[in-house]
Amino acid sequence: MTRINVTVDGASYSDEVEPRMLLVHYLRERLGKVGTVVGCDTSNCGACTVHLDGRSVKSCNVLAVQADGHEVTTIEGLATDGELHPMQRAFHEQHALQCGFCTPGMIMQAIDLLNDNAKPSEEQIREGLEGNLCRCTGYHNIVRAVQAASGQQPAEMSGTTEGAAS
Amino acid sequence: MTTMEERPTREVGSARLRKEDDRLITGRTRWTDNVVLPGMLHVAMVRSPFAHARITSIDTSAAKAAPNVVAVITGADIAEEQGGLPNAWMTTPDQVAPAHPAMAVDRVAFAGEIVAMVIARSAAEARDAVELVDVEYDELPAVLDLKQADKGDVLAHPDLGTNLSAHYVLDSEQEGTGGSVEQAIEEARTSGVLIEREYRQQRLIPAFMEPRSVAVDPTAEQLTVWSATQVPHFVRVFIALVLGVPESKVRVIAPDVGGGFGGKLQFTPEEALTVIAARRTGKPCKWTETRSESLMSGHHGRDQWQKMTLAAKKDGTVTGLKVELLANMGAYLGLVTSYIPMLGARMYNAIYKFPAYRFECRNLFTNSTWTDAYRGAGRPEATFAIERMMDELAAELKVDPIEIRERNWIKHEEFPFHTVSGLTYDSGNYEAATDKAKQLFGYDDLRAEQAKRRQAGDPVQIGIGVSTFTEMCGLAPSRWLGEQGYVGGGWEHAAIRMLPTGKVEVITGTSPHGQGHETAWSQIVADRLGVPFEDVEVLHGDTQIAVRGLDTYGSRSLAVGGMAVLAAADKVVEKAKPIAAHLLEASVDDLEFTDGKYGVRGTDKTIGLGEVAFAVFHAHNIPEGVEPSLDADATFDPEEFSYPHGTHLCAVEVDTETGGVKLRKYACVDDVGQIVNPLIVAGQVHGGLVQGISQALWEEAVHDEAGTLVSASFVDYLLPTTADTISFDIDHTVSPATTNALGVKGVGEAGTIASTPAVVNAVVDALRPMGVSDVRMPCTPERIWKAIRGGGGTEPTEGAAMPHFDESDVAERSEGAGQ
Repeated sequence: MTRINVTVDGASYSDEVEPRMLLVHYLRERLGKVGTVVGCDTSNCGACTVHLDGRSVKSCNVLAVQADGHEVTTIEGLATDGELHPMQRAFHEQHALQCGFCTPGMIMQAIDLLNDNAKPSEEQIREGLEGNLCRCTGYHNIVRAVQAASGQQPAEMSGTTEGAAS
Repeated sequence: MTTMEERPTREVGSARLRKEDDRLITGRTRWTDNVVLPGMLHVAMVRSPFAHARITSIDTSAAKAAPNVVAVITGADIAEEQGGLPNAWMTTPDQVAPAHPAMAVDRVAFAGEIVAMVIARSAAEARDAVELVDVEYDELPAVLDLKQADKGDVLAHPDLGTNLSAHYVLDSEQEGTGGSVEQAIEEARTSGVLIEREYRQQRLIPAFMEPRSVAVDPTAEQLTVWSATQVPHFVRVFIALVLGVPESKVRVIAPDVGGGFGGKLQFTPEEALTVIAARRTGKPCKWTETRSESLMSGHHGRDQWQKMTLAAKKDGTVTGLKVELLANMGAYLGLVTSYIPMLGARMYNAIYKFPAYRFECRNLFTNSTWTDAYRGAGRPEATFAIERMMDELAAELKVDPIEIRERNWIKHEEFPFHTVSGLTYDSGNYEAATDKAKQLFGYDDLRAEQAKRRQAGDPVQIGIGVSTFTEMCGLAPSRWLGEQGYVGGGWEHAAIRMLPTGKVEVITGTSPHGQGHETAWSQIVADRLGVPFEDVEVLHGDTQIAVRGLDTYGSRSLAVGGMAVLAAADKVVEKAKPIAAHLLEASVDDLEFTDGKYGVRGTDKTIGLGEVAFAVFHAHNIPEGVEPSLDADATFDPEEFSYPHGTHLCAVEVDTETGGVKLRKYACVDDVGQIVNPLIVAGQVHGGLVQGISQALWEEAVHDEAGTLVSASFVDYLLPTTADTISFDIDHTVSPATTNALGVKGVGEAGTIASTPAVVNAVVDALRPMGVSDVRMPCTPERIWKAIRGGGGTEPTEGAAMPHFDESDVAERSEGAGQ
């Protein structure tokens, strides 16, 4: 067992962990941060993406002991004083989620993407999110949400005019 | 808070943002794997590495001695207790099926089948101990190939004496719904056009993002089961039937469920075994699968050979269609495994007026993971095959593929239309959808660009694919299901509770896992009861709350479940009426209900539904003989299927030097009837499209010769990413369904059904001048490259999927690693 001191979503934690424990398991099982989820075992899906000192990491690919002395932000720590993060709001407003399982990781990665490039093109958005899988949305509205969050007008959403149902 | 002024005049049809999102975007979620209970134990499964083998011994002593292991259970330990897993569909009266124990007792029939389980204090310790369970096997000959299975020389289950589970036939001449297909074929052979093709529907994996998980608490009066399932009501019934627990002692909860796509339409071995684990230990137990486990042992989809014979006149009028299928069941019949191909049996004639039709299917066992529902279930296969054939016919006659479809499709003035397969299509307008799709797509411009590139001999060629489709969805009229050998019904249930503060609880028997029912049902009820959208709370997915229900699959939730909600709302309005009349001191006959208020005709006296609800709550002043309750239940059983349709157009760029395919443009116009929420409909279409496109270009579950799944991780099973996909152009036409009061048809599967042939038709269209008339799915660069060079394009994937290094290499590496 190794002692680690970690700041997660602004709160300090001190814990004894097995050296083999993954950060995602530490977050879920020890801290109850179950908003971050596990979707695969080969680091392909990105559902477990969190920020480590402000940069996105797949928390299934980081040992809890590697987070010792560092700061972790999860999906649960994004909203401040009840105000959603602009990326969370964009996902909601652009209908960029369905079942919501990939959403925490997708949002964390999308924020990282905009931190690197404030006004990415559609192609740059698509490249930047390549490590995160979604099975519900076909990615169409996820791309639009990132465009919206970066202050770019997303392409007109086709097929959603009021008239469609008249 | 939205004010009344901002409220749309009608909720139904407006693009309401989803109620569900707030929890999901903030991580305030309740996935089954989040469930933690005092003293909870963790279950891990030991699985067979062999496709077919006799279990000669299992030594559990080392595993039992491992730290914090509570129990290790083998099939022999629970042989009397575990019962058999259900197949709910007798496809034919003489259908054959092997017994299907949750845990193998003395023989395994596919690689991944469970042979033992470890119960330990942590998930990690349970998994560690799985490695210590020593199972000895005697390997048996395995049959993996579908065509080999049909020969019957190697048997998946020797005791059955055959690999044939069922042989299903639907013939329009026998049914009296059309003519003789053999006669049509003979005529075409002599004086018309006859197209004969064989298509492969590769094996796919649903690959929902949330791995399956089950948690069982045996400590309360009712056994409480949380499961990542699409079908909590099914799971409850089957726990009772299979494990001998009184149904009234079982509560099943499907909390937040992370996608299903048919893959969670099952009663699983792991659900049964986690219940047994909890029952044996007396402690809460949880099992959560790894992704590799999920890909290997969660049921798969598709896996068919389709032999197609299409007869036509020289003017392109189709005179008959014969379909002969081989369908891979895998090793066992799951819940609806046996009927999946038959859900397409009535769909091969699609949107066309074929005068003669014959469909037959041979359901065969092999030593592989069992197949079952996967998005579209039977209908994507049908749509793929017929839409590929219509393109082949167009190519043969050298006419535009849209033109050949126009010559054969049902015209809008011909609805309702009785089809050659015995269905009645209520409404549709294929002309309108196709016109709109062509405009959205820029069909003529892309054809012009294609011609230019062909003429210039551009190494990057353009292909344009057409797919017009319809599907039968809204599963399903119960009477029809009974006639087809299904043991269950197809109705749906809803209840509405009027709370004293004027809020409304809607209870639905559907079980959403991403579809947005909480939002859509709120819109329906808000309109019907005249209450604010925000005041409606939708409850689901817990059998102690949603006491009756048949859950979510087959694009049924809105067309069936939404109708039950509507009926329950209407009952509330009726129940409140005599009470409102009493309170208004008026006659019931003089009352009218508009915008949530009862008014007395010809006066300005009104009372709101909320006020009536409060009057009912205190019950101080209720008319004599009237029950003080506004709550209502309704069960809706559809009389007919619904038939969404659409026209999908895809343009691909094929690099003839590398075989690489790039999506250039995808446009579709779907007619899903009335649209309750256009935002949700668009999302369903987008997601469906990518799943269908993915079958065309990327996905395949591949087994090696020994029956091991080699695509058993997301490294090898190719799910598309943002970088592989494009943005879509989608739109709608609206031909309301005439068979339900909402006029809705269903949208969950449309995109998946229509897109696969659109993409493959586009790939083939690009290559046709090079003499290519087919590329097997998934259309990989390797296949396309070979097809261009006359070397095939239709060979199986197995070889290509194997590791690309030689065996001496492998030996060296493993020695080097000290294994």
